[in-house]
Amino acid sequence: MTEAVSQPDQPETLSGGTKDLFAKFDPLIEMRANLLASGVEDPFGLVMEKVLSPTTAICNGRETILLGTYNYMGMTFDPDVIAAGKQALDDFGSGTTGSRVLNGTYAGHKAVEEALKDFYAMDHAMVFSTGYQANLGIISTIAGKGDYIVLDIDSHASIWDGCKMGDAEVVPFKHNDIEAMEKRLRRIPEGAGKLVVLEGVYSMMGDIAPLKEMIAVAKKHGAMVLVDEAHSMGFIGPNGRGVAEDQGCLEDVDFVIGTFSKSVGTVGGFCVSNHPKFEIMRLVCRPYVFTASLPPSVVATAATSVRKLMHAADKRAHLWENSRVLHAGLKGAGFQLGTETPQSAIISVIMPDLERGAAMWEALLHEGLYVNLARPPATPANMTLLRCSLCAEHTASQVQEIIGMFERAGARAGIV
Amino acid sequence: MDREATKARIDALIEPFNKKGIAIDDSTRFTDDLEFDSLTVMDFVAAIEDEFDIIISMNQQAEIENYGQLVDAVVKLKG
Repeated sequence: MTEAVSQPDQPETLSGGTKDLFAKFDPLIEMRANLLASGVEDPFGLVMEKVLSPTTAICNGRETILLGTYNYMGMTFDPDVIAAGKQALDDFGSGTTGSRVLNGTYAGHKAVEEALKDFYAMDHAMVFSTGYQANLGIISTIAGKGDYIVLDIDSHASIWDGCKMGDAEVVPFKHNDIEAMEKRLRRIPEGAGKLVVLEGVYSMMGDIAPLKEMIAVAKKHGAMVLVDEAHSMGFIGPNGRGVAEDQGCLEDVDFVIGTFSKSVGTVGGFCVSNHPKFEIMRLVCRPYVFTASLPPSVVATAATSVRKLMHAADKRAHLWENSRVLHAGLKGAGFQLGTETPQSAIISVIMPDLERGAAMWEALLHEGLYVNLARPPATPANMTLLRCSLCAEHTASQVQEIIGMFERAGARAGIV
Repeated sequence: MDREATKARIDALIEPFNKKGIAIDDSTRFTDDLEFDSLTVMDFVAAIEDEFDIIISMNQQAEIENYGQLVDAVVKLKG
């Protein structure tokens, strides 16, 4: 793969003088080639040869602690979850081969939607094949021509793509800036529909949004509110319902978007809502209608996991402890972090540039630690980040081990 | 609103964003000539929106490539 994507486009000019459509990717191909030419291991080509547990795997023949998986609650190897998946494979087969609105709704799909309604104490739940599609589908469908979407500039790609796919006017504001958001809401023409899109936890820096204040402002201006709680579900809030629950404003959120691919430990996405007309979404939302539904084993594992997460207060407490210890340890070692205090299960370590970031990433891998290397344009302010996501299954001694690895790798890469 | 008066106000607003001190006329392009990245665009658009109390949505921004188009858009939005 590495060789294939490092080659220049050939031929430069197609017959008839037509330009190669891939020419636009040349700067990225060059950046990647330069990075790999420095001898660093390919940060975007890592293969997990064997996965031993939610927190350990064999990568490049080495046993590696996983600190970049979003597997916050460590449900991927839960015995009940695995048993439910195996049973569903036996009872319902390997896949549905159909859309939710045709032959693709099985008992398991209804069961996981029931589990979500119970988890959030909300009236409606709709399950998509991925979290990306949940944002894409809901945002593009509810905000149409003449409506306005007001959203945080650091929103996830799936939110931006949902905006682009719909016909609404898209108005971004500076990250977490309540006043900037209010100004934009105030200027929207009278009578236009308004949707405010926020996230509970922003995954690049691991910071949370002041949802209580922001949602109050949105409601004052008559806007509907959608909150993506992908990185907080299962972990933040007394019942793990997310940042809105934690700040006591969940009842003012019109649509919560979430995913099964983080705390829940499988794949899939969802939207929960109390809107009385919500069920019509199943007929009008194209990313829901025009794709195959999730396999029976996946919805069975998701339903089991969601129900177990309702009673996971001990795991939540241990994950918070891990987050506090790692944040303090890395800060004490002299690293620059994305947040002053630990706000979520993501701790982002800011690197001076991509070259040294990649060198540090490789040094950590050699120590036996996997983290995410995040680079522009996915990052705010074009920063290079080493993003760490903790798991409730990381032991206290693993967290200490991780801090030691960062200290040694940081010294070798010249970061601290 | 008068185009010249609007342009004069935008001239003042763009100054701190014109880091390289490039001479700006109606044909100056934001990405290619002034090398604005997405964050600079956001801050600059916010400054204009606040000055004129308007919204320039991303959809409208997509149609604005050069300085003259921006001035025209603001004049139109102010009615």
